[in-house]
Amino acid sequence: MNELALASFAAANDSHLVGEPRSARVASFKAGFDAAAELERLTRLGFRFLARSDPGFPPLLRAIHDPPPGLFVRGEEEIAVLARPAVAIVGARACSAYGRQIARSLGRELAAAGLVVVSGLARGVDSEAHRGALEASGKTVAVLGCGIDRDYPAANRELARQVAATGLVVSEYAPGVEPAPWRFPARNRIVAGLCGATVVVEARERSGALITADFALEEGREVFAVPGEITSALSAGSNALLRLGATPLTCAQDVLESFGLSALEPAAPELGPAATAVRERVREGAVGADELARATGLGAGELAAILTELELAGKVSQEEGVYRACG
Amino acid sequence: MLARSVTHALVGLEPRRVEVEAHIDGGLPGFAIVGLADRACAEAKHRVRSGIGSAQLEWPLKRITVNLAPAGLRKEGSGFDLSIALAVLAASRQVPAERLAEHAAVGELALDGRIRPVRGAFAVAEGARRAGLERILCASESACEAELGGVEAIPVRHLSEAVAYLRGESRPPPAEPPDEVSEPEQPDLADVRGQERARRALELAAAGGHNLLLAGPPGTGKTMLGRRLPSILPPLEPREALEVMRIHSVAGVLPPERPLVTRRPFRAPHHSASTAAIVGGGPGPRPGEASLAHRGVLLLDELPEFQRPALEALRQPLEDGIVSVARAAGQALFPARFQLVATMNLCPCAGRGDPAAECSCSAQRLAAFRDKLSRALLDRFDLVVTVPRPRAAELAAGPSEASAPVRERVGAGRRRLTGDALSRTKEADELLSRAVERLPLSGRGRARVARVARTAAALAGSDDVLPEHVAEALAYRSPKELAA
Repeated sequence: MNELALASFAAANDSHLVGEPRSARVASFKAGFDAAAELERLTRLGFRFLARSDPGFPPLLRAIHDPPPGLFVRGEEEIAVLARPAVAIVGARACSAYGRQIARSLGRELAAAGLVVVSGLARGVDSEAHRGALEASGKTVAVLGCGIDRDYPAANRELARQVAATGLVVSEYAPGVEPAPWRFPARNRIVAGLCGATVVVEARERSGALITADFALEEGREVFAVPGEITSALSAGSNALLRLGATPLTCAQDVLESFGLSALEPAAPELGPAATAVRERVREGAVGADELARATGLGAGELAAILTELELAGKVSQEEGVYRACG
Repeated sequence: MLARSVTHALVGLEPRRVEVEAHIDGGLPGFAIVGLADRACAEAKHRVRSGIGSAQLEWPLKRITVNLAPAGLRKEGSGFDLSIALAVLAASRQVPAERLAEHAAVGELALDGRIRPVRGAFAVAEGARRAGLERILCASESACEAELGGVEAIPVRHLSEAVAYLRGESRPPPAEPPDEVSEPEQPDLADVRGQERARRALELAAAGGHNLLLAGPPGTGKTMLGRRLPSILPPLEPREALEVMRIHSVAGVLPPERPLVTRRPFRAPHHSASTAAIVGGGPGPRPGEASLAHRGVLLLDELPEFQRPALEALRQPLEDGIVSVARAAGQALFPARFQLVATMNLCPCAGRGDPAAECSCSAQRLAAFRDKLSRALLDRFDLVVTVPRPRAAELAAGPSEASAPVRERVGAGRRRLTGDALSRTKEADELLSRAVERLPLSGRGRARVARVARTAAALAGSDDVLPEHVAEALAYRSPKELAA
């Protein structure tokens, strides 16, 4: 239980520890630390502790150059899920409608194909990735930059609960640790460390998502970036990654191929000729309902009906009055 | 000597019979009005005295007591002036008391004896009819309004005319029917270029009486569309027109030259309006904008800018079609069965949904903006449409369909809706259930979709609600970016 003492020491001292420091403070902390009592307290709270020395500790995470002493785990799922092939989907908190949608559909399709979707439970891209995975009834893991009992951000409390119900919420910080700005970059190394590949959906020039990508590159993991508009500040970071040699992501299959997987072919529902025409037009680019009506010659009522059918079939999605193709 | 005249006080919209008793006896000359009169009413003293003097009539130099009975009912406003003056004149035997007792009277006195119109003449006339009186003395401006209340209106311009009439010396000319002033042009749907989806939603809203929320970046024609809803609504039925008139008369917004309301009311209060201004209130409760829009359209432009209490107060009328204003002095009920049309931006900086602008709102600001609209209120909108910015090509296109043909379709749709119950086919039911599973739809949301689907079926002239109608209705559900 050396690691538990270490992790608790880190929590008590606001630091994350790479190795065991040889200071008198650590020694005195350890001497006064009752590992059994601490474990019991965790269990009472419904949490688990996964030490680095535990054989179940995810091997990919153990392989990074500064793995955490252990992980605090909340959730119903087996620990083994952390060792399964996983992909990180990260990006801006303040993302565009495009970023939200891409994150969601990537989360959905990658989880459906059997990958574990790992992200940071932040607003924006992170939450959408988790939601997408939940929609596909896939596995998703949230890595926090604070104690696993903290609801941060508060708006994602319900999402955290859902993730914990079918997947895992993990953190290297002991329960009770408050979120703080310097903990998030450290958290990102775990996100990248758990995964064989990292997808950056939308990132500004100096974004935490880029830090995650950096960690992934350092460890020799695959990095994908979703190309964005070159005029949009929201895509400056992800486009810069592409220039540096990240793999452009054009569809979920790109990621699946790097894992040697193939997408589940969803049974294509029969589309009528009008619905096919609408879908073709939406695939050409994001478009509003009125422009679709003009392009296809359909009445507003008829078109609304077709769009809803396509939406229910998961072929298009709508946000702020603009329809985009997905799937 | 005692004399009596009859008028009516208004409690909310309800006329209550008030007897004005004037008593004259010996003693020091004086004039007192008793019977829970408010300030405007108590000041009648001075107007009545000057008015009687100006009309070359005699002011009795005795002790005059006027009682407004029942004394427990609060009397407000200046409408009692005429009754008080006539009761004093009858008590001093200047007009025949028995003839006065056959008439109701309403009007404010000017210092020179002229008679001014007051609000609520229609309701007072209705009260007179219910009290079994056949004639009402009123200002000539209120005569048309009073006639509509079902009694004969005797239009009097001056107190001396009223006296001459009661003495049987002359009869004032009957009220002239209002000139056939053509009603001001309503804004027409032809002015709106493009926006087919929003136009379609407007048509559905008109046919089914659904509440409509138009969201989108500024300058996309949300308000313009909302203002054109009355132009595609069918005209008021006579029974509805009377309800509307009663409210408008009490609020004093009935135009004297054309008191008969034929068009559906359209009210668009500014977003700085208080709760009382929206749902009605005040010490002697008066109808608010929600009631003034009864049987018509209430447009709330920039919905999130309204004070939250004012918006929440609208939930009762939206559900029950009635506002009940409770005050210490009593409760007033105002009908408020209106159709709500609201517009809003998608975020405080208004950049969201606009391809040419970038939203610069922080997450906190956005959350605060969305918090202003409770889910309970958003749930009351059957139709939610996000209006995108029209392209240049749309704006340059020729005029779109005008209001008249749309109004005809709406009328036909309404008739179908009141006829046989349209029921969903099995396939339509399945689609609805599938949608409830896939989409974030509450129980109320499901009922809402079902209602709109019925309207879509009625507009299409279909006998059943088919899957395509349900699918269309689903397209107008509250999008997730609004349901915070």
